[in-house]
Amino acid sequence: MSEETTDTDESIRWQSDLKFIAKLVAVTYVGFAVLGIVTGVSTNEVAGFLATVTFYAAVFALLALALNLHWGYTGMFNIGVVGFMAIGVYTFAVLTAAPDASPAGLGLPMIVGVIGGTIAAALAGAIIALPALRVRADYFAIITLGFSEIVRLSITSGTLRQIEVGDTVYGTGGGSGIRYPPVDGVVTWLFELIGLDPNQNVLYETVGVIGVSNSVVDRFVYALILIVFILLFYALLHRIARSPFGRVLKAIREDEVAARSLGKRTQITKIKVFMVGSALMGLGGILWLGSRSLVQPDGLMPVITFYIFVALIIGGSGSNTGSVVGAFVFAAFLWEGPRFIRTIARANLNYRSPGTIYDAFVELVALDPMPLVGYLIGSLDELRWILLGTVLIVLMIKRPEGLMGHRKEIAAATDLSRPKRGETDE
Amino acid sequence: MSNSQEQETILQVSDLEKRFGGIVAVDGASFEVERGSITGLIGPNGAGKSTTFNLITGTHKPNAGTVLFNGQNITGKSPERIASKGLVRTFQIARELPEMTVLENMMLGPKNQLGESLWRSVMPGARRTVIEQEKEVRDRAWETLEFFEIDHLAEEYAGSLSGGQRKLLELARALLTDPDMLLLDEPMAGVNPSLEKKLLERIHDLQDEGYTFLLVEHDMDVIMNHCEHVIVMHQGRVLTEGDPEAIQSDEEVIDAYLGGEA
Repeated sequence: MSEETTDTDESIRWQSDLKFIAKLVAVTYVGFAVLGIVTGVSTNEVAGFLATVTFYAAVFALLALALNLHWGYTGMFNIGVVGFMAIGVYTFAVLTAAPDASPAGLGLPMIVGVIGGTIAAALAGAIIALPALRVRADYFAIITLGFSEIVRLSITSGTLRQIEVGDTVYGTGGGSGIRYPPVDGVVTWLFELIGLDPNQNVLYETVGVIGVSNSVVDRFVYALILIVFILLFYALLHRIARSPFGRVLKAIREDEVAARSLGKRTQITKIKVFMVGSALMGLGGILWLGSRSLVQPDGLMPVITFYIFVALIIGGSGSNTGSVVGAFVFAAFLWEGPRFIRTIARANLNYRSPGTIYDAFVELVALDPMPLVGYLIGSLDELRWILLGTVLIVLMIKRPEGLMGHRKEIAAATDLSRPKRGETDE
Repeated sequence: MSNSQEQETILQVSDLEKRFGGIVAVDGASFEVERGSITGLIGPNGAGKSTTFNLITGTHKPNAGTVLFNGQNITGKSPERIASKGLVRTFQIARELPEMTVLENMMLGPKNQLGESLWRSVMPGARRTVIEQEKEVRDRAWETLEFFEIDHLAEEYAGSLSGGQRKLLELARALLTDPDMLLLDEPMAGVNPSLEKKLLERIHDLQDEGYTFLLVEHDMDVIMNHCEHVIVMHQGRVLTEGDPEAIQSDEEVIDAYLGGEA
């Protein structure tokens, strides 16, 4: 009896969280769509924008969830997230790249690459976790940051650039990277699996009626696959969080000495959880960076780690639902949202972007605001940083625990209300 | 309980020594604790009481000497190993886990929970057994909270408790590990008189159930009225030991406390 109530309690929260996220996403998308259509942006552009938002929201959600396991639950301050992504995606690239390409790969099937990359990231996590047992949290942070830079610089290094084995040249390709079949090729495979022609099918035709191109449809389908991964990540983390294992993680975050004095083997627990989180980061890296057909070290700068932290801070560290919400808010409003302004402007205004800020302001004298508008629109990518900074400051003042961080998410596998004993006759 | 010689002694500390750089914090301390007793460890500031606690429980590793617990050598073992053998400590400043609820704090206590394995917590079939055990752990946690009369705080964050309540929580949580012996570092510090009375009653109840206590305490009333045996440390060594009356009238002890040369 009581087990059933427990399960429903848990699933009610699950469902209400899911509904909340679905509502948030729906309202945002309808908002952008209406705004776009009213301002005369083409349907295909609106759809393309929404596909991009969904993609970024999804990959940030995957990585924010993984980081939440390290930082939110266990308090392991990992600021080298991108390093684990790099290990994942480069392993994937080497495993799947064609044997006759330059640099050559092993030409293995995509699924082998995905699993191999994830395992490689987990192993890297195990190695990095070892010093974590000996140093304090802040020193550990420096180790992880150093690790991510070492990975990036090793990829660019001359030694690893080209490795000759017999007649074939393997290696990381240095700055020019590795080419491989992108992971979003799975969309074509999926179409074939359900008996659709990947070049022309009923899905393309239906959506094509409102003017959405086939490539945008493909991107939406890939985003849906990413959402399935989010659900898997979420389910895994949810189970970890609501278990005695999760309770030990929280205890490590709060006070490791206290946890040890109660007989908890915190060291092995830290290694385990760091490996799991790193594996998820590797997988997240493959699903994000691996969906392009080329991976280069330029895309592996530490700033990526910063984005993931921002997403998690906005959502509220310690909360899985918060990680997903934070990732969506970050992707939709801070990351891609400002770019939508440019799309709208392009559809409506005839502007040019002056080269310097002087050119932008000087025309104001002649009462012509267009160069200034053009300048601002042209600088949107940079202005986003100001927006990001402002949002973070306001958030830290108004809601330091993030959007969902205030919730009590109890680390136990069952309902904890006081058990009813003999005296209750109801 | 058997009355053989080894069984009488639960903890045996021999020639324990700890140096921090040039400072000798513990300088060859030796003493024994009798099973089922409440033993007090006293001494002026800097006598090495807390360091001795840390050496026994594995927080620090001794430079020399041995610690036997239940006849097993536990010298220099890790804190978690020692705790899992049934020797559990509390801290001078309570180490509650602030952003976990009182109940979560409590449920951390029990040893060898199935769900502490990552695999069992996550795998669909195995999780069922974890959930079953969680219910037992929850029920025990509630019972213990009721015994310590802090069950009304169960769903509060531990960080929002008063200093005295934290001390109670820490002792309650330590009890859930099923220890044979508890080392309490100044359990009464910062605890108001009515709570102190309650805490002492609980300690006596637990003694009747067979638990052994070793406590460091500065409150002489507590030591003299509640301990059967008192060990006095001074300058890293055991100065003397005996029953409270004998200690109270010992010249050396009075000198040590008044700052005279012992």
